Amino acid sequence: MITPATGAANSAILGIGGYRPRRVVTNAEILEHIDSSDEWIQTRSGIKERRWAEEDETVLAMSVSAAKKALDQAGIDPGQIGCVIVSTVTHLYQTPALATQVAVGIGAPTAAAFDISAACAGFCYGVAMASDLVRGGSAKYVVAIGVERLSDLTDSMDRSTAFIFADGAGAAVVGPSDVAGIGPVVWGSDGTQHDVISQKTSWREASDAGEWPHLRMDGNPVFRWASYEMAKVAQQAMDAAGITADELDLFVPHQANMRITDAMFRALKLPDRVKVARDIARQGNSSAASIPLAIEAMIEDGDAKSGDTALIIGFGAGLVYAGQIITLP
Amino acid sequence: MASTDEIRSSLAEIVNEIAGIPVEDVQLDKSFTDDLDVDSLSMVEVVVAAEEKFSVKIPDEEVKNLKTVGDAVAFIERAQNG
Repeated sequence: MITPATGAANSAILGIGGYRPRRVVTNAEILEHIDSSDEWIQTRSGIKERRWAEEDETVLAMSVSAAKKALDQAGIDPGQIGCVIVSTVTHLYQTPALATQVAVGIGAPTAAAFDISAACAGFCYGVAMASDLVRGGSAKYVVAIGVERLSDLTDSMDRSTAFIFADGAGAAVVGPSDVAGIGPVVWGSDGTQHDVISQKTSWREASDAGEWPHLRMDGNPVFRWASYEMAKVAQQAMDAAGITADELDLFVPHQANMRITDAMFRALKLPDRVKVARDIARQGNSSAASIPLAIEAMIEDGDAKSGDTALIIGFGAGLVYAGQIITLP
Repeated sequence: MASTDEIRSSLAEIVNEIAGIPVEDVQLDKSFTDDLDVDSLSMVEVVVAAEEKFSVKIPDEEVKNLKTVGDAVAFIERAQNG
C-alpha cells in the first residue's frame, strides 16, 4: 500500500513582492524609433512611461529581489520553501531553468524548482499550481514568480509593439491557511490562435538569418479576445469562488493595455466601488510580472490593503489564460 | 425586420456609448475613423456590441471594409436577411 501525500486543507498567498527596474523609459524615448505620437500611444494603450531593466537587473536578480520581499512579508524562513516556480518567456537560456538559481538566491537551495512558459498568464498559472502543491502535500510553502525582460525581445522599430512591453518581477509566497485565500482557478488555452502573439522566428531561424527573434502581435484580434472572452473567464472565476461583485474589493487584470482593462471592467459590470489596477500607465506591459507589481502599487497608493478580496486574471501568448479570486496578504 | 434607419439609429447608440460620439453625428455617409474619430480598438468594441445587438456575425476580415456608417448598416442588413 502506498501512503498518499497529505496537504493543507486551505492555501493562501502569505506575501507579495515586486521588483520594478530603475530606468524609466518615456514615450518620447520610444518615439525616437517609431513614427507615432505621445497622444497616439496614450489613447491606444494608456501607457505614459514604462520600466526597462539595465544590464545588472537580470531576470535572476529581479526574481530574487521580488521573492525576498514576498518572503519578508510572509515571515517564512526560506528553508521551509519546498518549491520555486518561475514563469518567464525572457530567460534566454533554453536550459537550465531559471528557478534553480532563484532557489539558491533566496536561501532555499534544495527546493524543487522549475520554469513555466505561460506568458502573461504566468503569475496566475504559478499561483494555481502553488496552491495545489500546498493542498496536495507536495510542498508546505511555494514561491511563485513572474519575471520578464521583454525589452530584450522588443523590436524598437515596430510601431505596434515598441511602446507596450516592459520589464520587472513579482512574487507570491503560497502556504497553508486556516481559511481559503485562493479560489479555484479557471484556466485554459486556445492554440488555434498561437500566432496572434509570438516570437517572430525560432532561435534556429533567427541564428541562421543573423537576426534577433523579436515579439510580434496582431493587436485587434488580441484586443477582442482579451476584452470579451476574458471577461467571461473572470466572471467564471468569481462564480467558482462563490464571490459576488458586491464582495469584491479589487480587480487586477494583467496589465496588457488600459483599453482592455476598461473594456473588461465594462463587460463585467463591476460596481464603481471596486478599485481597478491601472499600473500599466507607469509600468507598461511586463507580462507575468504585471499582476503582482500592480497589487504592490495599489497597496503603496492606499487603494488596497491586507484582507482585500481581489479578482486576478492573466491572459496572453499561447493563447493562455487563468483567473482566480485571492485574498491579499 | 428592422429598417435601414432603425439599424442606423441603434448603431448610433452603440457608437455613442463606446466612443462618446453624439448620436445625431452618426449618419450613413460618415467615416468611422475620419469623421467620427472612432479608432481601431473602439471599432472592435462597436463590432462586438453590434453583433450582440443585431444577432449577426461580423468576421475580423470584414471589419476593415466597414469604412462608413452606411457600410456597417448595409452589412448588418445583408447579414440579417441572409
